[in-house]
Amino acid sequence: MAVAPEFAVEVRQNEHLPAGAGRVEAVVTVTATGGARAGPAADAAEVLVLDTSGSMRSPPEKLAEAVRAAEAALGVLRDGVRFAVVAGTDTARVVYPPGPGLAVAGPRTRAAATRAVRRLRAAGGTAMGRWLLLADALLSGPDAGAPDAGGPGSRASGAGPRHAILLTDGENRHESPQELAAVLERVAGRFTCDCRGVGTDWRVAELRGIAEAMLGTVDIVADPAGLARDFESMTLAAMGKAVADVSLRLWTPGHAEVVFLRQVAPALLDLTGRRRRTGPRTGEYPTGAWAAGESRDYHLSVRVRPAAVGERMLAARIALVGPGEAVSGRGRVLAVWTDDAALSTRIPPEVAHYTGQAELAEAIREGLRARRAGDAARATARLGRAVRLAHESGNTGTAKLLAAVVEVRDAASGTVRLRADVTEVDEMTLDTRSTVTKRVGRD
Amino acid sequence: MGGETCPECSAPVSPKDRFCEACGRNLRVRRTPVGGPGSQWPPLCACGGAEFDEDGACEACGRARPSARDRVEFALPGVAGISDRGRRRRRNEDSMAFGRVRGRGTAVVVCDGVASSERAEQASQVAVDTAADVLLTGLQSGTLQSARDAERATAEAVVAANAAVARLARPEAAEVAPSCTFVSAVVTDGSATVGWVGDSRAYLVAEAGAARLTSDDTWAAQLVAQGVLTEEEALTDRRAHVLSRWLGADSGVTEPQTVTFMVETPGLLVLCSDGLWNYVPEPEDLLAALPPEAIARRVAPLEVARALVQVALDAGGHDNITVVVVQLRGGGGS
Ligand SMILES: [Zn+2]
Ligand SMILES: [Zn+2]
Repeated sequence: MAVAPEFAVEVRQNEHLPAGAGRVEAVVTVTATGGARAGPAADAAEVLVLDTSGSMRSPPEKLAEAVRAAEAALGVLRDGVRFAVVAGTDTARVVYPPGPGLAVAGPRTRAAATRAVRRLRAAGGTAMGRWLLLADALLSGPDAGAPDAGGPGSRASGAGPRHAILLTDGENRHESPQELAAVLERVAGRFTCDCRGVGTDWRVAELRGIAEAMLGTVDIVADPAGLARDFESMTLAAMGKAVADVSLRLWTPGHAEVVFLRQVAPALLDLTGRRRRTGPRTGEYPTGAWAAGESRDYHLSVRVRPAAVGERMLAARIALVGPGEAVSGRGRVLAVWTDDAALSTRIPPEVAHYTGQAELAEAIREGLRARRAGDAARATARLGRAVRLAHESGNTGTAKLLAAVVEVRDAASGTVRLRADVTEVDEMTLDTRSTVTKRVGRD
Repeated sequence: MGGETCPECSAPVSPKDRFCEACGRNLRVRRTPVGGPGSQWPPLCACGGAEFDEDGACEACGRARPSARDRVEFALPGVAGISDRGRRRRRNEDSMAFGRVRGRGTAVVVCDGVASSERAEQASQVAVDTAADVLLTGLQSGTLQSARDAERATAEAVVAANAAVARLARPEAAEVAPSCTFVSAVVTDGSATVGWVGDSRAYLVAEAGAARLTSDDTWAAQLVAQGVLTEEEALTDRRAHVLSRWLGADSGVTEPQTVTFMVETPGLLVLCSDGLWNYVPEPEDLLAALPPEAIARRVAPLEVARALVQVALDAGGHDNITVVVVQLRGGGGS
């Protein structure tokens, strides 16, 4: 068992509402604190899923780099961690270990796994849903530290972090979007999965969909040479998680409606539709695994029934629920109705900032979509808006990526011109990383 | 009058009894409970919810648990009062205490906690309880028969209340020392004495008309008295509510202003905090806000108080509202 986690919850909001208003917004910062440390290695399980479809042969260094990346990931697995390597085509097979279930990391198994990976050859199609199903079967087996192999979407309890890395270079051609969606529905919440697209022939929306469902990250690895370092750091991060299967528990009063709950830092992730009802006024949202000291921001919007001026209402209560139903941390979102406009019109900087970051991501996606559709006017307007929002919020990372797609004449006003010579890599990089936010200023 | 029962234990008692045979309660004195309506929470939220979290939020609707002080109603024969949180303030920092000594008279105290001071509701509650004790003890002992006696007792009540409020202060936080206003009335056969410190008021209403009995201890009122401001200017002046005199550790107050008048005709004595009089500042305004037949004493004092509080609530209820109504019989006795 991992050390019991503790979470600190901090709420930033303006509780003052004008008469008749019912929308309450808050930015909630959750930080894993206390004695949280990475648990024993035997509690952690890792599965590497490598695309070995035919397209991985061209250029030939693609597969070679994927193999090198897998070797790097295997190299940093702590002794005792349970692991496996899966090769994915239009079907999925376990490359290592040769027997059933997972291997236990150690000098001998790491060397054997490395030899098995080096023998990989690329041939066949792409059906990522089947890869994920095999990863799930491995990660929820009796030797993966997951005591219950429950039904779809069930929450394993008492287990350490279960993690997968999915690497692909292409589109999911050999199964329908419905088939993939059904798989995601089934395995979401059972392990986390970071997704990496290599080259430019994969689809950002498709991989982002998998990563969001699996509470992982998505990124482009434009240059295969960068893969090894990326795999190593993802593996280290996964093993550094102190606690897996953490949910955010939200209480709202009767007649209230959760308009949205989204993670807004370090990256945007809409959790609104991920609510699991746990009581007449409570629901839980999955947040995945947490490392000690890790901190994330969430933006919550709740609509409550307006009360009379002078009345006070608890609009939401937030806590974190870890394995074994351990509840920790507590935040309160309030509503107080007032006729003092000076109080009720103040928007807290945190709420304004993250509203802007969500709009920034939206503007980038709309701008790129318009650009692909040949609507230059709309693409210029939306990407110009994005440049302005990135500039205003100090999101220099996104501003830099935007500058590769548009020529910025005046960032403050969002005056831009579309570049004619945009590479596929630059466009996909901007698209992939559009959800990465600038964290709101704190000391 | 027959059929009276002990207010404590409901045992039948005779009007001549000084104490209840069953429980020993003093039957000559009836008064509002010391300490106010009690610090125990009402069991239910307005929505019907009965569970509250540790911060007092209703588990069903999220609203803050109501305080027993949010709305206090109390009635005795011939006198009744209501103290209401109003619609804007988070707490009710007004307090009222009153009592009746059979055959002797009635004493009433209303105090308005100063919102900018700390523990203002404690200040006003301890002030009304302390002052009511002094006045009711005087009525019981039968020593308040002359105007001078009543005014002396009123001054003693203010001194005692001032000392009690001052004891709440923390030496390290002198600038926010608990403080409150004060208005009192001692009503005996044929006369009534009103005392005050601050801007809580007393009005007399009778068939012949209405009159304000108090003058506010505010900077604006002082400026009006000195001819610097007109009455109209004072109403909108930002100093209109800045007190020049109050009760508390830093008050320096040693005595109230007082006024005594003969009760010759039937009518009503109304004591109130500014949460009411802000909406009915002139005596004619108050008169117009009364239910019909109120002056002729055909309406119970509690109904009169309810009607006046409702006027303030309907007008916005920006402050705590406290109203105590005493029926004046006129031509001897209250
Ligand atoms: Zn009795
Ligand atoms: Zn309730």
